[in-house]
Amino acid sequence: MEELLAILEELHPEVDFRTCCTLVEDKIIDSFDIVSLISEIHSEFDVAIPAEEIIPENFNSAAALYRLIQRLEEED
Amino acid sequence: MQINVLEYLEETILRVPEKIAYANETESLTFQQVFDNSRAIGTFLKKSGYTKEPVVVFMKKHPNVIAAFFGTVYAGNFYVPIDEEMPFYRIELIFQNLHPQVLICDKETQKQVKEFSYQGKVYLYDEIVQTIVEEERLSEVRKEAIDTDPIYIVFTSGSTGVPKGVVACHRSVIDYIEHLSEVLGLNEETIFGNQAPLYFDACLKELYPTIKFGATTYLIPKSFFMFPVKLVEFLNRYQINTICWVVSALTMISSLGVLNKVKPEYLKTIAFGSEVFPIKQFQIWRKVLPETTFINLYGPTEATGMSCYYKVEREFLEGEIIPIGQPFANTRVYLFNQKNCLVQQGEVGEICIAGTALTLGYYNDPERTEQVFVQNPLNISYPERIYRTGDLGRYNEKGELLFISRKDDQIKHMGHRIELGEIEANVNLLEGIFASCCIYSAKKDKIILYYVGEIEKAEMAAVLKARLPRYMVPNYIEQIEEMPLTPNGKQNRVALKQRYENRN
Repeated sequence: MEELLAILEELHPEVDFRTCCTLVEDKIIDSFDIVSLISEIHSEFDVAIPAEEIIPENFNSAAALYRLIQRLEEED
Repeated sequence: MQINVLEYLEETILRVPEKIAYANETESLTFQQVFDNSRAIGTFLKKSGYTKEPVVVFMKKHPNVIAAFFGTVYAGNFYVPIDEEMPFYRIELIFQNLHPQVLICDKETQKQVKEFSYQGKVYLYDEIVQTIVEEERLSEVRKEAIDTDPIYIVFTSGSTGVPKGVVACHRSVIDYIEHLSEVLGLNEETIFGNQAPLYFDACLKELYPTIKFGATTYLIPKSFFMFPVKLVEFLNRYQINTICWVVSALTMISSLGVLNKVKPEYLKTIAFGSEVFPIKQFQIWRKVLPETTFINLYGPTEATGMSCYYKVEREFLEGEIIPIGQPFANTRVYLFNQKNCLVQQGEVGEICIAGTALTLGYYNDPERTEQVFVQNPLNISYPERIYRTGDLGRYNEKGELLFISRKDDQIKHMGHRIELGEIEANVNLLEGIFASCCIYSAKKDKIILYYVGEIEKAEMAAVLKARLPRYMVPNYIEQIEEMPLTPNGKQNRVALKQRYENRN
């Protein structure tokens, strides 16, 4: 989780990712962030997020994104 | 001869009044409705005494915005679209340049308007669209109109920190739309999926051919560009056959593996531009859609829209650049070297554009207009205006024009044109900042800010978000102890770039 928070905080140092769970609805992250996140998650966790998992529910909070990473790691 | 863009609409209305012109997921306007609504708004504005004035359109992206645009033109005014997501600070800067007297909003943006320092009139779209059309007033406007009258102003990044308002006229838009339509092979069957925001000239590609041909444009919500599977499904649901998108919107789909899962079924024409298309991503698209026509478009806002095109018909290898090709008919391109002479074959020069597609210049800004809209240096006999783009290009051995780089610190990021100097100007305004330098990493497609000063990184990000449009806020910010300098005492951008590339 800490590694993921570090990636997110580098993208948006002004956001508290520990508490925010409306990243998509409140337009805190945009399409550029999604692409950056997927590429950085790939190099940090060695997890490729498949296209069908790129949905708002998985990107709305750091926790949701972390759950996705864990799930994908297990499936691997 | 056509002298007014509204003639497109007036001819189409006779053929396909009940067809959908503009739509989003839930609402749509037929050509008849676009016609009626824009004439109602035109009547209202004229009756209220507004003509030959900038009319600010501050509304959420919706088919009604387009009726507000045309309504503005019906009254002989020019529209100035302002984005609801634009920070107040920037809107204030734009208003200082514009001195607007009249603004059209919708129910959702109405509250925001109250926070502006703007003192002029505010009208609600839903109310003024109820005005009863008065044919006489509208024909009075039309009788006086000439084709060099302005239609709109769009604001683009300025290196001093103040945005520049580019003024386009009927003539430039008609010239552009006619030639663009020919190049893209547009017709009544065209169904556009619009990506560009309505506050940029990029949306002209859909708005005007739609009324010219009686085509249809679907406005795709911005949020769909974050979730690419939904985006492709949207294209298929509405049988969209033509898209004119920024490269980053296309590469998002291909790089995330979406095309293996769901394929756009109806796309016949894909026009792309504003950035270089990485060949690897381009090949993915080409493979999935071998029958589709791919067209690279190039052009500055100052020449109304696009000035050059290239239909991709041969294979490209990784590392090659897709050319920007050749100018549209009735547009001329010159490549000038630093001595203002035409370059020799194969040499790099500044891309300069001539033709009636040139816009009128920057609004209330003769100084910056004169810097780039200049006399053709090859002509000393009569006035002939050209626009100096600041882009460097050269011709390849096939005679195709290639974009090489910029002359200055302007960059393209997510399809937006950004002056790094504008970001720095905003940082330097903050108290406790000693130095700042913005660089751009093409490899990572990131804007990077280094600064020396007392402000914390998080606060810096928050402040910049409040002052700059979203796409201009740096993607990486770092506070440093000391600004590296070159032997001449200038900020050392190369050293900063190395610092960024070498960080863990």
